[in-house]
Amino acid sequence: MATVTEIRTRPRDRAATITLYAILIAGLLVVVGPFVWMALASVKPESEIRQVPPTWLPETWTLDNFRELFTRLDFPLYFMNSALVAVLITAGNLLFCSLLGYALAKLDFPGRKALFLVVLGMLMVPGMVTFVPQFVLVSNLGLANSYAGLVLPFLAGPFGVFLMRQFLRSIPDELIEAARVDGAGEWRIFWRVVLPLCRPALATLGILTFLSSWNNFLWPLVVATTEDRYTLPVALALYSIGQNRTDFGLLLAGAVVVVLPVLIVFLVLQRHFLRGIATTGLK
Amino acid sequence: MPSVRAAETVTVLDVKPAAPPSASGPDPERRARRWRRAVTGWTFAAPFTVLFVVFMALPVLASLAMSVTDLRSTDLRNPFAVNFVGLDNYARLFGDELFVKAAVNTLIFVVIGVPLTMVVALAAASALNSGLIRFRAVFRVGFYLPVVTSIVAIAVVWRFLLDPDAGLIDNLLRVIGIDGPDWLGDTRTSLPSLIVMATWRNFGFLMVIFLAGLQGIPQDLYEAATLDGASRWQQFRNVTVPLLRPTLLFGAVITGIGFLQLFEEPFVMTQGGPLSSTLSVSYHIYNQFGFGNYGYAAAAGYVLFVAIVALSVLQFRLLGERD
Repeated sequence: MATVTEIRTRPRDRAATITLYAILIAGLLVVVGPFVWMALASVKPESEIRQVPPTWLPETWTLDNFRELFTRLDFPLYFMNSALVAVLITAGNLLFCSLLGYALAKLDFPGRKALFLVVLGMLMVPGMVTFVPQFVLVSNLGLANSYAGLVLPFLAGPFGVFLMRQFLRSIPDELIEAARVDGAGEWRIFWRVVLPLCRPALATLGILTFLSSWNNFLWPLVVATTEDRYTLPVALALYSIGQNRTDFGLLLAGAVVVVLPVLIVFLVLQRHFLRGIATTGLK
Repeated sequence: MPSVRAAETVTVLDVKPAAPPSASGPDPERRARRWRRAVTGWTFAAPFTVLFVVFMALPVLASLAMSVTDLRSTDLRNPFAVNFVGLDNYARLFGDELFVKAAVNTLIFVVIGVPLTMVVALAAASALNSGLIRFRAVFRVGFYLPVVTSIVAIAVVWRFLLDPDAGLIDNLLRVIGIDGPDWLGDTRTSLPSLIVMATWRNFGFLMVIFLAGLQGIPQDLYEAATLDGASRWQQFRNVTVPLLRPTLLFGAVITGIGFLQLFEEPFVMTQGGPLSSTLSVSYHIYNQFGFGNYGYAAAAGYVLFVAIVALSVLQFRLLGERD
């Protein structure tokens, strides 16, 4: 400990500290700046957004952009679509991935190793490889442009299995054995013993799944063929390259609607995010 | 890489069967127990496995099958009109000027973007880990912010930031008397702009991973190095980088896989232009799908998949071996 304080107070290190702070704060401004600009611009009138020299704080505050999004355009519907799809996909992953994760970590059955390797292998396969046959499949099932079509291919994701299995392996077998000795059935053990112990992993998986579903773009873009099935990113992207393409204020307000819920969730639950990333990345 | 480690641990687990092999009970009883275990295991595994096989595993195989046919959107209701065309789609791909252009663009994006993101992430992680900085949590959360937000939303914001007439960046340049370029409208700056934006968005993710890796390096190694008179840079080169190698490898592979799939940014910001200077392989696949060329799109998808696997293997070779 003594050496650490010694190092800290060396004068060369004071200069280093100041330089580091300067660089890091500049970096922070560059990273956070665009978000602040987006939020402030979304409450400015169009003319002020395009003004030279640019204003930072709005001279005229207005909610017109949001009013237009929510009345002339169908953003409330897109918001509901995004939320519904994300909730269903999250619920599915929590259930199915913990079931399989438990089986892979704690149960011994033939084919377990092969199943795990196949699921893991799919982690590497990009959506770009699968979306064409997935679309053909979903169309032939009559589910194109439906909520089921939006949700089904994502209900069982390989990432969640990996996460849950890793977590469950750290739970001592004795807890499960004890319940088994007490005569509890396998399902009872899963619901009453295993799942409650998994709460931290389930929280991480839930947050990450909800987030990736909320932000997902390619699949809803392909499956949602009419406006009433658009999710927020699809609507925003298509408006931004369509007839509203030069409407800065409107599109920035749209971006705020997409980003704001996520930012709030992230800032409130950031521990879960960062811990989840660090553990899944390194274990 | 998780898959490798996980595979090892599975093997280790399997060496230790639940019942000791020497246990000699009546044979039918043991068989019944094994049968029960299999049924229980597969009952838990079944819901995921069914969904997974139908919606993920089969499409991967179907994609390969489609890529050797001339399947088009108009054939969906009439599967018998589809012909086997062998490797024609693949041959056509590499003769397709647009695909080659997209492949080159994607390669440039990856080859410059991944190292750039890694360097920025490692610099940020080292700075935060140096013990000189307070409020680490603030920087960590701030740098991570773009990672959690929708790429589409970010692309919309950046398209306006980079707008030559009304964008904030050129407006700020104008204030100090510089006539900024038309970032996204000029073939010389369009792809570099996307690379910088991707670095901006993704380095926070790697930073968090690198930070966790840095904290796993024993402090006494640095103390020993300091006693030996090693400068900070020498410590970084000879202690940090070698010990961080597995983490760096993981970061490079993950980032490489992500960057190879570049899609949303050109879709929203440039529509692949100007003059296809930002057309990516994924965007090309999506366009071909939109034109109804399903077999052709599937073949391009497989080429992308092979590129992802090849890049990962290459990075294992470059970063993984020297133990």
